[in-house]
Amino acid sequence: MWMKTRKSSADQSLKAPTGIEGFDEMTGGGLPQGRTTLFEGGPGCGKTVMALQTLVNGARNQGEPGIFVAFEESPERIRLNASKFGWALTELEGKKLFLLDARIKPDLVQSGSFDLSGLLASVTAKAKAMRARRVVFDAIDIVLALLNDPVLERREIYRLHEWLLESGMTGIITSKGGSLYRYDANAANRPQLGFMQFMVDCTVELNHEVIEGVSERNLRVVKYRGSSFSENASPFLIGHGGLQVAGARETGTIKTLSTQERVASGVKRLDAMLGGGYYRNASILITGVPGTAKSTLAGAFTESACKRGEKTLYVSFDSDANEVVRNLTSVNIRLARFVKNGLLRLVWERSITGSAEIHLMRIKNTAREHGARCVVIDPVSALSKSGNQATASSVAERLLDWSKTSGITLLCTSLLSDRGMQTEGTPLQISTLADTWIHLSYVVRAGERNRGLSIVKSRGTGHSNQVRELILSDSGVTLADAYTAGGEVLMGTLRWEKELAVRAAEIEKVVLAKQKKAALDLEEAELEARLKTVQVELEAKRDEKRTLINLEDNRDQGLIQNKNHLRALRGVGKE
Amino acid sequence: MSKVTIFKFRLYVAGDAPNSTQAIANLKLFCEKHLKNRYEIEEVDVLREPERSLADGVLLTPLLVRIAPTPVRKIVGNLSDQNPLLLLLE
Repeated sequence: MWMKTRKSSADQSLKAPTGIEGFDEMTGGGLPQGRTTLFEGGPGCGKTVMALQTLVNGARNQGEPGIFVAFEESPERIRLNASKFGWALTELEGKKLFLLDARIKPDLVQSGSFDLSGLLASVTAKAKAMRARRVVFDAIDIVLALLNDPVLERREIYRLHEWLLESGMTGIITSKGGSLYRYDANAANRPQLGFMQFMVDCTVELNHEVIEGVSERNLRVVKYRGSSFSENASPFLIGHGGLQVAGARETGTIKTLSTQERVASGVKRLDAMLGGGYYRNASILITGVPGTAKSTLAGAFTESACKRGEKTLYVSFDSDANEVVRNLTSVNIRLARFVKNGLLRLVWERSITGSAEIHLMRIKNTAREHGARCVVIDPVSALSKSGNQATASSVAERLLDWSKTSGITLLCTSLLSDRGMQTEGTPLQISTLADTWIHLSYVVRAGERNRGLSIVKSRGTGHSNQVRELILSDSGVTLADAYTAGGEVLMGTLRWEKELAVRAAEIEKVVLAKQKKAALDLEEAELEARLKTVQVELEAKRDEKRTLINLEDNRDQGLIQNKNHLRALRGVGKE
Repeated sequence: MSKVTIFKFRLYVAGDAPNSTQAIANLKLFCEKHLKNRYEIEEVDVLREPERSLADGVLLTPLLVRIAPTPVRKIVGNLSDQNPLLLLLE
């Protein structure tokens, strides 16, 4: 949602800061200085609180004493109400603040027409004495109603306006009105409200609506002469410090504190999958249907943050934070010690207790108070559970913006509906904004339900694309090795079986190799043995051959000798 | 002869605004008619004595206060309506 702004040559110095967080940003500095502003709205909208807060802040911080003219409430009640916001009016009263009891007694006897001259004279005297710079006329409608004549009412409004201009004070008039009255059939009978809007330089409309059973307060600057302003209705909160306006996004660009630093997710193998963990100052979204261990991952992150000594805020929606801590001990995530030493702040919010805006403001306030570096919101989808759906997603967007600009690492879990399970989309559309998105799911196969974890996206980090099995045990949280078969990642028993099969195959291989080696050894030995036999045989043959040759030589020799002997016998002589 | 009760009135007005002058005239007329020679009127101009109007808690003008006899009664307006004024005689 973009804020439309009108360009103008307004001088910042002509603004009187209200000191109300968010409002001064909306109006570019506050109310028109030395001019009149109308706060209109139905009963119980916060007009009086806003006016009083402006006065108190002016007196305290701007050195501008103020006068509060109360037509409706007694000064005692105003003091009491203010004390609940931590404003000690009595400390300011005297020099810096004056409460004028201007209640008209109900038994007032009236004869003919009257006017406000007496009151204005009184206020003039007081303003001069205390050098007042601001003045509030609270619930002007009450005194105007006494006149019971539109012409006279108009005359008194005019008188008041003229007086304010002349006084040079920054004036605030509060009046019942706003949309409650605008659409009222009687609105035509109250023309003075329209006249008042015309007279003043700035009109702020306060609304208190109930959307789907959830209260939502918002205010809107209807007009602001000579100044740019944010035109959209901005929700506000009446908290323990008074009014606080949300959603006033400064028109400037958001400064993010990007860093290369990584923070551990609390699950070592997940860090490995993410290439080193989450980025510091990133926003991490964990989605999944109920029971997929979203809170467990959030708890692991919380524990690792606390172990690093970082202040952490854990906001648990709709389930008691202490129960969350107790339940996490079953997976060896121990947070109680960090709650004790003050590092971890647990907050248990009921989503029904306010609109998304109110929750956002509470979270911001608590995080600021605690000085949190890491914030966990479990589940952030609770924001859209109650109240205005349309604002919930813009709230989620601002939640991420806020964490970015304030250097907070934000981890949100988000519950997905059955429909969302298929689309993997989040009800608040924050999946598109988050830096890292981890999706948890059930994988049902072979009669088993196992938890699967996949990293849908992780900006700026290389990350594994595999679906891993998330294993919770009493020793902690880890991710199993991925086993794929036939293009599918195996989980649970199937994975275990696969693991076993792989191991058995390994063993078999070893055995086979051994057997083969033995067989080879045997063959080798056999061959060697055969080689020896053959050698021996060869020797024998050689011997035989030698003997044979000798014999033959001898026989030849013998023949020659015999022949010679024969010749000699025959007396022929030698050849 | 019984003691005559003196009616003491204080009328807060704002300068010479129409309501103020009317109130003064109407009060005098009323007193002349009902309380002849038994009344005193003190006029206070809140524009000239704003501190006093502040101290006395004057918000709406004109404001008529019957100081005596007691109880104190207050009537706001230019006193053009006669009926409420009869309260002053009680």
